[in-house]
Amino acid sequence: MIRTQFKRACFALTIAALVAGCSSGVDLDKAPVEDRGATATMPGANTGNTGESSVAPVDLTQSARPGEGPVGVAHVIYFDFDSFVVKPEFQGALEGHAKYLKSHTARKVMLEGHTDERGGREYNLALGQKRAEAVRRSLSLLGVTDAQMEAVSFGKEKPAVQGHTEDAFAQNRRVELSYR
Amino acid sequence: MTIDRIIPLASLASPVAAQPLFSRRNAVVALAASAALPALAQFRVEISGVGLTQLPIAIAPLRGEAQAPQKISAIVQADLERSGRFAGVDASGQQLDETSRPDLSLWRQRRADVLSCGSITPLADGRFDVRFRLWDVVKAQDLGGQSFVVTAGDLRLVAHRIADFIYEKLTGERGVFSTRIAYVTKVGSRYSLWVADADGENAQSALSSPEPIISPAWSPSGQQLAYVSFESRKPVVYVHDVSTGRRRLIANFRGSNSAPAWSPDGRQLAVTLSRDGGSQLYTIDANGGEPRRLMQSGGIDTEPVYSSDGASIYFVSDRGGSPQIYRVASSGGAAQRITFNGNYNISPSVSPDGQWLAYITRTGGAFKLQVMDLKSGTVTALTDTSADESPSFAPNSRLIVYATRQQGREALMTTTLDGKIKARLAGQGGDIREPAWGPFQK
Repeated sequence: MIRTQFKRACFALTIAALVAGCSSGVDLDKAPVEDRGATATMPGANTGNTGESSVAPVDLTQSARPGEGPVGVAHVIYFDFDSFVVKPEFQGALEGHAKYLKSHTARKVMLEGHTDERGGREYNLALGQKRAEAVRRSLSLLGVTDAQMEAVSFGKEKPAVQGHTEDAFAQNRRVELSYR
Repeated sequence: MTIDRIIPLASLASPVAAQPLFSRRNAVVALAASAALPALAQFRVEISGVGLTQLPIAIAPLRGEAQAPQKISAIVQADLERSGRFAGVDASGQQLDETSRPDLSLWRQRRADVLSCGSITPLADGRFDVRFRLWDVVKAQDLGGQSFVVTAGDLRLVAHRIADFIYEKLTGERGVFSTRIAYVTKVGSRYSLWVADADGENAQSALSSPEPIISPAWSPSGQQLAYVSFESRKPVVYVHDVSTGRRRLIANFRGSNSAPAWSPDGRQLAVTLSRDGGSQLYTIDANGGEPRRLMQSGGIDTEPVYSSDGASIYFVSDRGGSPQIYRVASSGGAAQRITFNGNYNISPSVSPDGQWLAYITRTGGAFKLQVMDLKSGTVTALTDTSADESPSFAPNSRLIVYATRQQGREALMTTTLDGKIKARLAGQGGDIREPAWGPFQK
């Protein structure tokens, strides 16, 4: 069985090590931030059958690297202004994610809610959270367990698109499904 | 930072005149510039506005200042003008120090009501002896003064202490010039949390991160900052000791953790957590541990802030359909709505004296700083900018620092509570946001 390793615990330990005995000024740029991917997909790991006609299955939908999840399925859900309702046009994408998660019960998806740039930072953090939770509810209705999902918010802090136009706003009101 | 001694200067005997200290004068609008320093987020203070009653004060350059590492008189003048209570009078061309008996008729001609003079003398061990004396020009009275012995690194702090002395002597209120502010800058994809003097100078980086930092909040002791960090790719709350850099993760629950606010006894924080679904308010011990839910509502509850007596928490809620500011007892219970104008009121900051509530209102698409008299409910608009954010009261309740956008650039501003005197603390690089005014240093 191919397992993916999450390095979040390692990252947290590194931060803890930085904290102990620091003089003033903490520079997180020096800490390893990225999640390091696990080993590459190893075809034929589940050996047993030999013989020249055997075919070792390579399953690309079982991505060994974090950050992938279901292939060919949209990973971003967009929202209308002042709205927290998942529009019907995204139902197919959510079904794709639900199917993936139900067949890969070790994977976890972060539902990252975002807003456009208008408004206060903390209130927008809460609005982004509302969007992330709307997506979580939709996935839950499709049979995904709570343990495999976490709804978080970035508010207006991480726009996908810079700019002050309606078009930019529309591209920033979103929930990203991120497999870490 | 150490000041070895502050010694009051002995009074010089002088006659008493009959005129009142304060008199209505035409205010003088002054532009004060401080020296640019090499660190990233350094400021020039630009002051604008005309106040009704500003005390004209002449701050004579200290004898020996021209050769000293800091222009003490310029720092003092900028501090006093930024408070909105003083207008600087030209003090050049006079050779005075703290032992002088100044020709007060000359200063009356220059329309100054108060004169300050002094000296700065380098000592053999590399430190500096700074002295000043304050004169009531109108009554021809010696108002006293102080002397300090400090290292070069503490000269700015001495200037702020002198400004505090003058401010307190003449207004009867405590000065905030020796306090600190915290704020966040973003340069490209790099975020920093800074701690600076209240005039924006002397900024030191407390935290540097490739991910956003928001909502810094000073502990009542002024030694710690709580803030929200996205460094682990979700919002979590840290408590960070400023002088040592040690920090504690106090809220990393499932979902989002944000909006930290200290109780006045420093023992706990109110926070917004989504762990139970939605954004709701909890209190948590300052050392971390299990949070206690404060209230339950069907909407968003966030941005808590304690009153300075600790009895109440003001917060933002859209339980009524749109974000408004409410107040609840800090033990929980029924909340009372505070804001009624318009359909979007957020980011409350309550003055330490309990009289005022500053907040941001959205009106016609613009986000504007307003202040409410909590007794009467009267609301005053304070700015003519349209992208105001995160107001924070000074500890003497007389000034508000806030973030705004001018000419496309983010900037920090201070304003008096009537909106009449504003000072811009203009950053030299990147965007500046999320100011928090620290407490009086104990």
